[in-house]
Amino acid sequence: MNASLSLPPPQRDPAWLGRVFWLGAGLVLLWPLMVATEFRPWIFLEHGNLKVTGQFLRSFLPPAVGGEFLWLIAHESWRTVAIATAGMTLAWLLALPLTLLSTRVLSVSALAGRMARGPFVLRQALRWLLIVLRSVPELVWALVFVRVVGLGPTAGVLAIALTYGGMLGKVYGEILESGDTHATETLLRNGSSRLQAFFYGLLPQNAAELTSYTVYRWECAIRSSVVLGFVGAGGLGQQMDNSMKMFNGDEVLTMLAVFMALVALADRVSSGLRKALG
Amino acid sequence: MSPPAQHRPARPAAGAANPPFKLPPPLFSARCSACWFTAALLALVVASFATLNLQWGEFLSLDALRSMGRFLAEFFPPDTSPEFLRRVAMGTWETLAMSALGTVLAAAAGLLLAAPASRMHADDPARARMPTRLLLNALRSIPELVWAGLLLIAAGLGPFAGTLALAMHTTGVLGRLFAEAVENAPSGPADALRAQGVSDTSVFLYATLPQVLPQLMSYTLYRWENNIRAAAVLGVVGAGGLGQLLSFHMGLFHMGKTATILGAMLLLVALVDALSYLWRRLLTR
Repeated sequence: MNASLSLPPPQRDPAWLGRVFWLGAGLVLLWPLMVATEFRPWIFLEHGNLKVTGQFLRSFLPPAVGGEFLWLIAHESWRTVAIATAGMTLAWLLALPLTLLSTRVLSVSALAGRMARGPFVLRQALRWLLIVLRSVPELVWALVFVRVVGLGPTAGVLAIALTYGGMLGKVYGEILESGDTHATETLLRNGSSRLQAFFYGLLPQNAAELTSYTVYRWECAIRSSVVLGFVGAGGLGQQMDNSMKMFNGDEVLTMLAVFMALVALADRVSSGLRKALG
Repeated sequence: MSPPAQHRPARPAAGAANPPFKLPPPLFSARCSACWFTAALLALVVASFATLNLQWGEFLSLDALRSMGRFLAEFFPPDTSPEFLRRVAMGTWETLAMSALGTVLAAAAGLLLAAPASRMHADDPARARMPTRLLLNALRSIPELVWAGLLLIAAGLGPFAGTLALAMHTTGVLGRLFAEAVENAPSGPADALRAQGVSDTSVFLYATLPQVLPQLMSYTLYRWENNIRAAAVLGVVGAGGLGQLLSFHMGLFHMGKTATILGAMLLLVALVDALSYLWRRLLTR
């Protein structure tokens, strides 16, 4: 290429002063956070910690693949997936009516300008309900339920159902309202019922996004159900807790591999579905 | 003999408004993959409920409802002594700091890993793409609480392990999202710089990054909302913050104190949600 044709590149970044300032300001803001979280990376390198970590990491290899252990892991993995699936099903059943009731797009009175007072109050109240449901972490619900019904999967399923019901309801509503609502409005204006407008206008437009969000949440629910195992809901989390307390690194490694396989599976399902729904 | 013209069925011309009448497809056919998928999904749901031996009866019985009511009644009155409130405030600040620092670290690490995990232009061999994506998936598929359990062994009890655990998991999530944003960015500006012979690093910093920065920012804020919830519970395994207070007082059946801590958690989550919502509004305006 002829060098004289191209402009010479600028010798320095014209905005360097601002960049340096914001970098410095960011570090100053981070300082109190680092103090509050006792951010001291060098404690990894202290002799005692280094020895324990080394021992633990060495016990990772080879991974545990004994027949009996693998059978146990398969059983517990199914339990984890089943808790997640049952919880998601209940969450979906909870979120579906809440979404339909709280979506502004499906309001008939809003077509004429302002939404009438009654529907507005109902929609706003349901929104607040969804916010409360999703604000309490599922682990806290589980701790509460475990006190009442005792250890077991019921507490886990209910905890996932409540928290994820709130999340699904809120995000479904956002997805439905963010897209193009012209078709739905036209249907409503021409006298179709709200359910008809939903099934023939809103749903086909947003099906791919709704589905991929649901599958993503299912993947999150699997992780949550692992976490709930730590407080006694059973499944992989409980096994993980036991193995970590016993410093059985080989078993931990096998279970980590199972986590990765489960998440990879959810990814595959999600991308396949998104392709199919366009 | 041809029928009179007015009785002839109206043949749709090519490109007419109404397509020819067609029977709807049968409800189930062996070639319909959507049917198989729906059947599999239903089977999964039924099998899940069937194998879990859920004790709904026990849960919905009068006895359970009464014990639930008793349990909820014990929450009142919440403990509001100034000394305890100060400890809750400390825990809240610690949780907030854990979530914020964890998210910032994850955003930085995610950006560093997103560059090798994405194909920058058509001729990019992107040899590091698959291994980096594998690493990101591994980081992402392990939940925060498990990371915390693993890091507690190496770093000891306290908020530091919790912060790193949040950062680990979030790096996996953000790295993947960032890589996808970088790959989907319009390639015009980057191509223009590359044609001038600018180095790959500079192209990334001065053409690709400024284009996707608002999107990366909004992903990061969204993850911060998630992380505040995660940070609130990480303490259950001993990683500091409100969760540690919660599991301690709940274990000792201090229900009034537990109620205060739960209230603080709700407030914190609502606060972060509102902040992140405002920030994103500012970004998109």
